[in-house]
Amino acid sequence: MDKVRAAILGSGNIGTDLMHKLKRSRFLEATVMAGIIPESEGLARARDNGLITTHEGIEGLLALGDKFDIVFEATTAKAHLEHAPLLKKAGKVAIDLTPAAVGPYVVPLVNLNENVGEPNVNLVSCGGQATVPCVHAMREVAPVEYAEIVASIASKSAGPGTRQNIDEFTDTTARGLEKVGGAARGRAIIVLNPAEPPVLMRNTVYGIVEDGDPEKIRKSIEDMVRRTQEYVAGYRLKARPLVEDFPGDKGKKKVTVFVEVEGAGDYLPKYAGNLDIMTSAAVKVGEEIGKHLAAGTWHRKESMEARA
Amino acid sequence: MSDKTKIHILDSTLRDGSHALAHQFTAEQVTRVVRSLDDAGLEIIEVSHGDGLGGSTLTYGFSKQSEMELLKAAASVIKRAKLAVLLLPGIGTKEDLKMAEGFGAKVAQIATHVTEADIAEQHIGLAKKMGMKVISMLMMSHMGSPEKIAEQGKLVESYGADVVLVTDSAGALMPHTARERIAALRSAVKIDIGFHGHNNLSLAVANSIAAIEEGARWLDACTCGLGAGSGNTATEVVAAVLDKLGYDTGIDLWKIMDVAEEVVRPIMQKPVRIGKASLTMGYAGVYSSFLLHADRAAEKFGVDARDILVEIGKRKLVGGQEDQIIEVAMELAEKKRQTPPTSRASA
Repeated sequence: MDKVRAAILGSGNIGTDLMHKLKRSRFLEATVMAGIIPESEGLARARDNGLITTHEGIEGLLALGDKFDIVFEATTAKAHLEHAPLLKKAGKVAIDLTPAAVGPYVVPLVNLNENVGEPNVNLVSCGGQATVPCVHAMREVAPVEYAEIVASIASKSAGPGTRQNIDEFTDTTARGLEKVGGAARGRAIIVLNPAEPPVLMRNTVYGIVEDGDPEKIRKSIEDMVRRTQEYVAGYRLKARPLVEDFPGDKGKKKVTVFVEVEGAGDYLPKYAGNLDIMTSAAVKVGEEIGKHLAAGTWHRKESMEARA
Repeated sequence: MSDKTKIHILDSTLRDGSHALAHQFTAEQVTRVVRSLDDAGLEIIEVSHGDGLGGSTLTYGFSKQSEMELLKAAASVIKRAKLAVLLLPGIGTKEDLKMAEGFGAKVAQIATHVTEADIAEQHIGLAKKMGMKVISMLMMSHMGSPEKIAEQGKLVESYGADVVLVTDSAGALMPHTARERIAALRSAVKIDIGFHGHNNLSLAVANSIAAIEEGARWLDACTCGLGAGSGNTATEVVAAVLDKLGYDTGIDLWKIMDVAEEVVRPIMQKPVRIGKASLTMGYAGVYSSFLLHADRAAEKFGVDARDILVEIGKRKLVGGQEDQIIEVAMELAEKKRQTPPTSRASA
């Protein structure tokens, strides 16, 4: 099949890492990068890699509308709120890596199929991409009454946007654990660690589940981790998941999962697994959407109006 | 009016002290402690989960009673003192701060790791907007050079903090290293400076006094020295020492001793002391709140808590990373299993 053409909106670190990952894709081809600074290094790198570039932001991008079918949004939540309706009007599917959450949350192996036809999908947060699969895997065996995660990331991998809006991470990730992971209640914590050399992204995922067979729970999580590795190679368990009786609550189990994420080192440094899992998940989502577009099975829903 | 230098003391028995009770304070206990501290002349009384608002989690331990209930209990009896809360951005959120302000909190301690003050800008801003006094805590201060602390102090000053505390979360500072950090702040900021000590090396009072001599005017303390690790600076002890040195704390010395002896000590589940694990925390520079978690993990996986703590020190874990203690214990247990006893003996 012909590759589906993708534009990258945003010429920063995330946009550049996306470009590198898209070069390896069997289903997508990066054709355009849009930024807002003419002398941007990101745009120069994109030109070196054969992409058409514009420094006129969303207007410049829309003027190149015949060159792409889907758009990766790698700017800011504020900018995406302006971009989203324009992209929708132009008939371009938006894959949103910002916390804007205009469209529904998606985690590739968990709920993409439920969101076929959405004009805009959102990648939750790095913590969400790293932990929701584990909660979903528990949920496949037993109802999850409560899910809690602690994400530790290297200080160097947290940009000013994350730092100034740290509550956004905790709130968004907790909602992701509920809406996508299927936990009745979700809670998220983030810790920045400044150690040198920088630490890899580390996540602990806890679930309190109704009684379930411990071996089945462990296996379900291990299967999910293996499948996630297909699009984030550096996603791995640090130890076998712990399944224990939850004290004081007869029959309930406490599940603890230790996950580490090492980045692919495409453009972003390897320790920034938290950023790598976002760009990797975005590409995976883009590829699935691309396959649908190529096959003519991506029927548009008018969910944005319904939501508004 | 006294012409003595005023030292502002925040009593954190019902916040940092909460670690020593695994966050099991009841509203009834809070009522008793707040009433008696207020009567003893304490200026500020803090009530929160040990890990701050929203700390009630699987990771840090669930509170016995919700923060709302505890704050309500405190507010119902507080008269002269101001009610304070702690918030760690990344754990608690602005919503928690709004809730606490609604229940009468007038002082917000906003704590970050010593190098990460910029994650607190929004929280400091919100607390100021709500008219609260803001005390910014630079945790694990032993991990930050005096220069780093000066830089971070300037940041929190620019966000609107009223006071900045050198926060010795690991109880690893010594009088001269505490002094260097206070001096660095003094030359960098115009806002007030303070010190929060832990007693892991039996230096909490000595460090507090060194800080005062260097220009600090605010101290955190806990009655009976309750608190994470080997406990905090004991309120009644530091009040006595400051009185002898000619400072004014506003605290009635006899009354605070009575509070310690008659109100707080009966609540304590076990004496706060410098045990081998909590001494190791001061020695290895480990966040004091890890103590009970490390003790539990040591027992569960059959390893020495000190080995866990030293490994945590090596990995440079910071406050909030309690979740990794289990993993460290599991790895040490696995290593122990794979090492034949003979080779361990000869090692």
